[in-house]
Amino acid sequence: MPAPIRLRELIRTIRTARTQAEEREMIQKECAAIRSSFREEDNTYRCRNVAKLLYMHMLGYPAHFGQLECLKLIASQKFTDKRIGYLGAMLLLDERQDVHLLMTNCIKNDLNHSTQFVQGLALCTLGCMGSSEMCRDLAGEVEKQLKTSNSYLRKKAALSAVHVIRKVPELMEMFLPATKNLLNEKNHGVLHTSVVLLTEMCERSPDMLAHFRKNEKLVPQLVRILKNLIMSGYSPEHDVSGISDPFLQVRILRLLRILGRNDDDSSEAMNDILAQVATNTETSKNVGNAILYETVLTIMDIKSESGLRVLAINILGRFLLNNDKNIRYVALTSLLKTVQTDHNAVQRHRSTIVDCLKDLDVSIKRRAMELSFALVNGNNIRGMMKELLYFLDSCDPEFKADCASGVFHAAEKYAPSKRWHIDTIMRVLTTAGSYVRDDAVPNLIQLITNSVEMHGYTVQRLYKALIDDISQQPLIQVSSWCIGEYGDLLVSGKCEEEEPIQVTEDEVLDVLEGILVSNLSSTVTRGYSLTAIMKLSTRFASAVNRIKKIVLVYGSSIDVELQQRAVEYNALFKKYDHMRPALLERMPVMEKTSTNGPTEIVQTNGETEPSILETKHMPSVPQPTNQANDLLDLLGGNDVMPVIQTAPPTKLVSAGGELLDLLGDLSLSGGVPAPGPPVSISQPPFLLDGLASQPLFNDVAAGIPPMIAYNKNGLKIDFAFERSNTNPNIAVITMQASNSTEAEMTEFVFQAAVPKTFQLQLLSPSSNIVPALNAGTVTQIIKVLNPQKQQLRMRVKLTYTHKGSSLQDLAEVNNFPPQSWQ
Amino acid sequence: MMHFMLLFSRQGKLRLQKWFIAIEEREKMKIIREMTQSVLARQPKTCNFMDWKDLKIVYKRYASLYICCGMEDQDNELLTIEIMHRYIELLDKYFGNVCELDIIFNFEKAYFILDEFLIGGEVQETSKLSVSKCIEESDLMQEVSPGMKDTLLKVISFRQQPTSRVQCRCSCFTEGKKAQVQKDG
Repeated sequence: MPAPIRLRELIRTIRTARTQAEEREMIQKECAAIRSSFREEDNTYRCRNVAKLLYMHMLGYPAHFGQLECLKLIASQKFTDKRIGYLGAMLLLDERQDVHLLMTNCIKNDLNHSTQFVQGLALCTLGCMGSSEMCRDLAGEVEKQLKTSNSYLRKKAALSAVHVIRKVPELMEMFLPATKNLLNEKNHGVLHTSVVLLTEMCERSPDMLAHFRKNEKLVPQLVRILKNLIMSGYSPEHDVSGISDPFLQVRILRLLRILGRNDDDSSEAMNDILAQVATNTETSKNVGNAILYETVLTIMDIKSESGLRVLAINILGRFLLNNDKNIRYVALTSLLKTVQTDHNAVQRHRSTIVDCLKDLDVSIKRRAMELSFALVNGNNIRGMMKELLYFLDSCDPEFKADCASGVFHAAEKYAPSKRWHIDTIMRVLTTAGSYVRDDAVPNLIQLITNSVEMHGYTVQRLYKALIDDISQQPLIQVSSWCIGEYGDLLVSGKCEEEEPIQVTEDEVLDVLEGILVSNLSSTVTRGYSLTAIMKLSTRFASAVNRIKKIVLVYGSSIDVELQQRAVEYNALFKKYDHMRPALLERMPVMEKTSTNGPTEIVQTNGETEPSILETKHMPSVPQPTNQANDLLDLLGGNDVMPVIQTAPPTKLVSAGGELLDLLGDLSLSGGVPAPGPPVSISQPPFLLDGLASQPLFNDVAAGIPPMIAYNKNGLKIDFAFERSNTNPNIAVITMQASNSTEAEMTEFVFQAAVPKTFQLQLLSPSSNIVPALNAGTVTQIIKVLNPQKQQLRMRVKLTYTHKGSSLQDLAEVNNFPPQSWQ
Repeated sequence: MMHFMLLFSRQGKLRLQKWFIAIEEREKMKIIREMTQSVLARQPKTCNFMDWKDLKIVYKRYASLYICCGMEDQDNELLTIEIMHRYIELLDKYFGNVCELDIIFNFEKAYFILDEFLIGGEVQETSKLSVSKCIEESDLMQEVSPGMKDTLLKVISFRQQPTSRVQCRCSCFTEGKKAQVQKDG
C-alpha cells in the first residue's frame, strides 16, 4: 500500500476544488483511504492520517471514525503522535462522546511523564475539556502538579484545577493547601493562573472568600503585587505599549473586586492602590483603558469612599468622550450598571449620553437608549422625551418596540401635564405605531378615559391621525375606540385645547367603515371598528339607519368574531332597542390596578421594563362580551334564573342558544351519563369565572345537615351540602335520587331553577336510570352561588319513565337549612 | 472565561475553532454559522462588541481573517481585544509575517500555539517570549516523520558541510521552520 499523502498535499489538493461537489468527492476518496489505513492498524502513518482527518473535520465533514485512533496516538510513545493525538482528542472527543473516558488512563500516565511537554499536553487537555468523572479521577494528580517547582507545569496545573472546580465544585477544598504559596511566585504565568484559581474559588464559595480575606490576608498580598507591577520599570518580557503585564493587572483588580465587595476592611485596604491605578494609567492605548475599565468596575462594586467613586464616574465620563467606539460602548455599559446607585453623578453626563443616541453604531445606540430611559426623571422629562421621540423616528426597527414601551412608561411616571402625556402618546402611535406592543392599547385606552377633560382634544387628534394613515393597527384600535366613545364631542366641535375641526357624522362613519373594509386592518382592529360604529348609533342622531345597514351586512361575515358581534348588535336593534342607550352609554372612569402616580418624582429604576406596563390589568375587555353579559342579566322576564345544563365536554354553548334558556323551553338533552366523578366542564361565558373553573372540593362539610328535597311516588331526592373551599359563597349540593318502587325509573332527568340573585350550575349526573328498590342512586352535583346571602329557594322539575309511562313533576324546595345559604 | 474562539475568513470559511465548553456538534455548527453571519454583517466603523444570548461577542479583523470570541458577562471586553491581539502576535512571531495561508496549511501549529497561550478559556502565560520558547522547544522534540528520513539522508549527502551538524531547511518539512539532523542520522 503506497504511503498516504501528506497533510499539506491534501490541503493543497482540496483547495483546488472548484465546486462543493468536487471537494466532497475528494474528501470522500481520502476518507476511504484513511479508513482502510486505520483498519490495517498502521502505526507509522496514523499521525498523518489523523491530522488529515482533523483538517476535513474543520471543513465540516464527519470525523467520528477517527476517535479511537486519537486514543491510540495518545498512548503512543512518540511525541509527535501524542501532540496530534491530544489535539484530536480536544477536537473530537469532548465529554459527550462515549469513548471520552478511555482517555483517563493515558492522561494519568502522561501526567507523570518524564518530559514536561508531555505532562503539559496532558494538563492542557484535562483543563480544556475533561468531564466530571475524569476530573474526579485526576484531581489528585492535578493537585500534585500544583505543588511542583516547575513553573511551566504549575501554571497549567492551576488552570486545570480551575476546570476541575468548575466541573466538580465539591473538590474545591482539595486545592486549598496548594494555594498557600502560589502568590509568592515570581513567574508571571504562575501568578496570573493563581489569581484565576483564587478568583474561581472565591466566587464559588463564600466560606473560601471569608477564609482568604481573613486567614490568608490575600488583599495585602495582591496590593503589593499590583504596586510592583505599576512602579517597576520597563520589563521587556511583559510590556504591552508601556504597561507592565496588563493581563495580570486586570485579573488582580477583578479578584480585589470580589474580596472588597460588602467588606469594609478589605475595601479600605485597597483604596490607595485603586486611586493610584486610576490616576497613573496611561490612557492613549486600548491596554490602558482596559485596566481603567476594570478599575472603575472594582471601585463601583466595593465599599469605596465617595471621592474614589466620583473619580470612577469621571473616568467613565471621559470614556464617553473618547473617539474610540469600543471605549464609548464600555462606558455606557458601566454607567448602566451604576446608574441606580450613583444616580446623580451619572445625571451630570446626561447630555453626552443623549448624544450617543445619534451614533451610527447599533450597539452603542442600544446602550444609550437603555441608559437614557434610566436617567429620565421629573425634571428632565420634557427635554429627554424630545430626544427620545426623535430617536424613535429615526432608529432601526429592532429598537422601536423597546423604545416605544420605554416612552410610554416614562411618560406615565413623569408626565408634567395630561395634555403633554396625550401628545406624547399620539406621537409614538403615529411614528412607531406598528411596533407598539399589544398590551399598550388597553393601557392607553384606560389613560384616555381617565383624562376626562381631554376627551374632546384627544378624539380630535386621533381622528386627524386616522384620516392620514390607517396602516398602524394599535393607532387605529385606540382611535376607533375613542371615536366610538367620544364621537359626539368630535362632531359637536367641543375642544378646548385647540381649534376644533368641522366634521360631520357621515364623514366619521366613512372613516370607520373604511377601516372595516381595508385589507390592512387586522381582525382585532375590525372588531374595534365595528363596535365603535355601533356605539355611535346612540351618539349620532341622524345616522342610525346607516349604522343598522352596516351591522346587518357583517352579520354574514366570514370572520366568526365579526359575525358574532354583528349578530348581537342586530339583535340589539331589533328586539332590545329600548336597552340600547343604556348599554352603549359612556364608559365610566376605570381604576388603575397599579399605582404609578403621574407627578411622583421617583428615583428611576435602572431598567424601564415593558413588563411593568403589562402588569396593569384592564377591566375593559372588548365590548361585545360585556354587552352580551348585560343582555342576559337584564332578561328580567321570569323571576327565576335560567337553568344552565352542562353540555357534553366537546360542545360550547353558543351565545345565541343562551337567550332561549328559560325553564319551560329547554329541550332536554338529558344529563349525559358521565362515568367517574363529575368534573367541571367548559362553562358558558356568562358564568362567573370563580364558579365554573373550580374543581370539586370534597371539603370537610361545614356541618350543614342534609335534607330531603322531594319525596313522592317512590322517588326520593336527597340534598347533601358542602361549602366550596375557594369561594365561600358557593354551596355545593350533592343530589341523590333513589327509587323505592319495584320498577326502575329510566330516562331520569333532574332540573333546577333558582331565583335571579343566585347562579346555578348543574354538572352531569352519574346516570339516568334510578334502580328499583333503593338498589342504587343517581348522583348529580349542583353548585349554587349566593353572593347576596339570600334565602335559597329552588324549583325542581323531574322527568322520568316508570312502568312504561313518562312522568313529570314540578316542585318547590324551600326547606333549605339556614347554614346552606348564610 | 472564554466560551469559544473562532477564526474565519472574509468569505466565512472556518480556519480554527476552539471550544472551552461542552456542547453538541450540532450546536457548535449553529453557533459558527450565526457568528460568521453576524460578524460579517457588521458595518466597518462599528465597535468590536456584540450581544448574543447571554454572552458578549468580541471580534476583530486582521486583514482577511476575523477572530471572534464569546466571553462571559464578567469578562473585560477591552482586555479580550488584547488577548486576541496577543494571539496574532504569537502567530506572527512563529510564522514570520503570518498570513491566512500560513494558518490554513499549518492549522495544527496554530492550535499548538493557542494551547500554550490559553487553557480552559483563561490566559496561562502572559509573556510572549515564554510562549514562543515553549513552542520552539516542543517542535524540536518532534520526531522526524517516516519516509522523511531517507529523503533527508539523500539531501544531506548532497549538501555535505565541513561541520558535523547539518542544518537543512526544506519545504517538505512539516515540523517547524528548522530542524537539526545528525549527519549520521
